[in-house]
Amino acid sequence: MSVVAEKADLSLKYTAHYNEVKEGLLEDSADILNAPRNQAFRDFVSQGIPTRKFENYKYTNLQPAFIPEYSFMHRREPVEVDLNNAFRCDVPQLDTHLAYIFNGWFYDRGSQVGNLPEGVILESIEKIAHEKPELLAKYATLAKTGDDPLVALNTAFAKDGYFLYVPKNTVLEKPIQLINFLQAEKDAFVTQRNFIYVEEGANVQVISCDHTLNLNTYLNNSVTEIFVGPNASFEFYTLQNQHNSTTNLNSVFISQSRDSKATTHYATLHGGLIRNNLKYILDGENAEANLFGMAFIDRKQHVDNFTQVVHAKPHCQSNQFYKNVLDDEATGAFAGRIHVVRDAQKTNAFQRNNNLLLTDKATMQTKPQLIIDADDVKCSHGATVGQIDEEALFYLRARGIEESKARLMMMNAFAYEVVQRINIEPLRNRINELVDKRLKGEVARCHDCAYNCDC
Amino acid sequence: MLSIKNLYVSIEGKEILKGINLEIKPGEIHAIMGPNGSGKSTLANVLAGKEEYEVTEGEITFMGEDLLEMAPEERALKGVFMSFQYPVEIPGVPMVNFLKTAVNELRKYRGEEELTAGEFLKLMREKKELVELDTQLTNRSVNEGFSGGEKKKNEIFQMALLEPKLSILDETDSGLDIDALKRVAHGVNALRNPENATIVVTHYQRLLEYIVPDFVHVLYQGKIVKSSGKELAFELEEKGYDWIKQENGL
Ligand SMILES: Nc1ncnc2c1ncn2[C@@H]1O[C@H](COP(=O)(O)OP(=O)(O)OP(=O)(O)O)[C@@H](O)[C@H]1O
Ligand SMILES: [Mg+2]
Repeated sequence: MSVVAEKADLSLKYTAHYNEVKEGLLEDSADILNAPRNQAFRDFVSQGIPTRKFENYKYTNLQPAFIPEYSFMHRREPVEVDLNNAFRCDVPQLDTHLAYIFNGWFYDRGSQVGNLPEGVILESIEKIAHEKPELLAKYATLAKTGDDPLVALNTAFAKDGYFLYVPKNTVLEKPIQLINFLQAEKDAFVTQRNFIYVEEGANVQVISCDHTLNLNTYLNNSVTEIFVGPNASFEFYTLQNQHNSTTNLNSVFISQSRDSKATTHYATLHGGLIRNNLKYILDGENAEANLFGMAFIDRKQHVDNFTQVVHAKPHCQSNQFYKNVLDDEATGAFAGRIHVVRDAQKTNAFQRNNNLLLTDKATMQTKPQLIIDADDVKCSHGATVGQIDEEALFYLRARGIEESKARLMMMNAFAYEVVQRINIEPLRNRINELVDKRLKGEVARCHDCAYNCDC
Repeated sequence: MLSIKNLYVSIEGKEILKGINLEIKPGEIHAIMGPNGSGKSTLANVLAGKEEYEVTEGEITFMGEDLLEMAPEERALKGVFMSFQYPVEIPGVPMVNFLKTAVNELRKYRGEEELTAGEFLKLMREKKELVELDTQLTNRSVNEGFSGGEKKKNEIFQMALLEPKLSILDETDSGLDIDALKRVAHGVNALRNPENATIVVTHYQRLLEYIVPDFVHVLYQGKIVKSSGKELAFELEEKGYDWIKQENGL
C-alpha cells in the first residue's frame, strides 16, 4: 500500500470510528464538553495526523503510532486492580493530596485526596462539567482545535480527566499528586482532558506521574489547560515513566496573569515515543515562566519537547532549560519557540538546551526559534550536543574511580542542574534516585510496583 | 619501584618520546626539567594511563608489575598519582562526593572499611590544613571556578588524601605565589617516607630548594639527554638549555 493510501486509510479509519461512537460520546457528558466535539473532529480530519511534513513535527512522525488496532476507552470501566495495594508510587516522606486517573478517567474510589483547604476542588472534569459548568467557562479557550490536530482529536473524544480549582489567596501546604495509570486488557487509545484554575494570589504545587501497569501498546493523548491568576504561584511537575510500547502525547497550555509565577518541570525516564507540547502565554505584566525538562532515554525511544512561550505583555521573564541524555539508538528533539509580540517591551527570554549522547547512534535535533516583534528585548539561547568530557572522565579515573562509576558521576552531574530545580525536596531526592538508577541501566521503577515488568 | 625501559610514545602519529630510560627507587625524588614541548607532560600522562598516547615500544614496570596493562583507575589504586599540569573543571560533580568516592574506592581496594561521612569530613579537615586549602573550596564542584593556584593546591590536597606510592607533580609550582609554593612543598615533604617516591616536573630551580631532588634529568626532544645531582638544576637556571644542546651535538 502506498503511503498516501495508508494515510487516507488512517484518516478514514478514525472518521469511521468517530461516526460510530459519536452518540456514545455525547451521552453522559455535559454540554460544555459536547459542544465543541463535531467541529473539533472536523478540525482533526482537515489537519490530519502529524508527520514530519508538519512544520511543528519536523523530527517526529506520529502516524505509525496511530496505526495499531486500539480499543478506545470512551467509557468509564470498573477498575480491576486495587490501586492502593498494587501500586504505590510512593515517594518517601512525600505527603500529598493524592488522586488516581485510570485510562484517562478520574477515579475517586480509593484516592487519598484528604482534607483540602476550604474551596479547593480536586475532581473529575466530567462531574464538574455537569455540576459547576461555570468553573469551566474557559474550557477549550487555550487549547484551540483549529491549529493543533492533537488538541482537536482530544477535544472530540474528551470524556474525563482531572479538574483542579484553587480559590483566591489559598495556599496549599501539601502538593496535589495525580497518578495517571494505563492498564487495559487490549492495546488502548486513551484520551485525558484536564483543567486547572489557580485564582489570584493562590499558591499550589502539582505532581503528575504517568505510569503503565502492563505491557500492552498504548497511545495516550492528553490535554491540560491551566490558568494562573494575578500574583499566583503554580508549580507543575510531570514524571513520565512508562514503557517502550507507549506513545505519550502530552499537551499543556498555560496562561499567566500579571505578577504570577509558573514553573513546569518534566522528568522523562521511560517511554516509547514521547511528545510534550508546552505552550505558555504570558498575558499580564511582570509574569515569570520557568520551563525545565530532562529526559534519559535509551534503546529506540524517542522524546520530542516542543515549547512555545508567547510574551504578550511587557516586563515578563521566561527561562527554558532542557537537558537530555540519549543512549543506544535513542533519538531526541527540542524545539523552543519564543514569540515576543509587538509592545511586549522589557522582555527577558532565556533558553538553553544541553544534550549528552552516549553512543554514535543516538541523535539529537535542537532548534531555537525566535520571533521578536518588540525592540527593547533581552533574548538569549544556546544549545549543545556532545559526548562525555573525556578529560574530566580521565581526571576521575586517575583518582582511582572505576570507569563506569566515573561515567555515572559525570551523567549525574549533567542532570544535576535541572534536578536541583525541583522545589519539593522529597520529590527531588526521589527523582535523583530514579535518575541514578536509570543511568546505571537499572529500570527506574518505583520499588512498590507489583507489576515488575521489564519493558 | 618504577622502571622505564626504552619508552617510545606517539600521539596522532607524531613521535613525542624517543627512548626514555628511568629507574626510580623508594624514597627517591627525581626532578625532570626541559624546554617547553620536550615531552615532560607526555611522560607524566603515560604513567597515569591517558589513553590517547600510544606506546609504540618499550616497557614500564611499577612495583614489579606491567604498568601499561593497567587502566588508569587501577594504577591510582596501586599508588600512582599525577598532579595535573592543568586540572580540569567538572561542573556538577561536588568536590566532597568526588573526594569521598576516591578515598573509599581506595579503602575498598585495600580491604579497609569505608569511611563514614563524619570520619571522612574529619580526614578532609586534617588534610586541608596541611596545604592550607580554603575550606570553602570543597563546597564547590571539582575545580569549578578555582584560581590557578587553588587548582594546584587542590591537587596536593588530593595527594594528601590518597597517600600514593609514586607521585608525579607536573609543574605544580607554576601559578603558585611564594607562600603557597612553600606550603605545597611543605605538604609534599610531610607526605614523604622511605617507601614512596616523587617525580617533580618543573621549569624552575626554586621549587627544588624546598623539595630537594636526588636526581635531576633533562628531557629534550623526547629523550633524557642529561642526568645528574641537584646541582644540575642550578646550572640550568643560570645557563639555560643551550649548553646541553651543544654538549649533545643537537
Ligand atoms: N593531544 C596532543 N595532540 C597533538 N600533539 C600533542 C598532544 N599532546 C602533546 N602534544 C605535543 O607533544 C609535544 C610534547 O608535549 P608535552 O605537553 O609533553 O610537553 P611538555 O614538556 O610538558 O611542555 P611544557 O613545558 O610546555 O608543559 C608538544 O609538541 C605537544 O604539542
Ligand atoms: Mg607540560
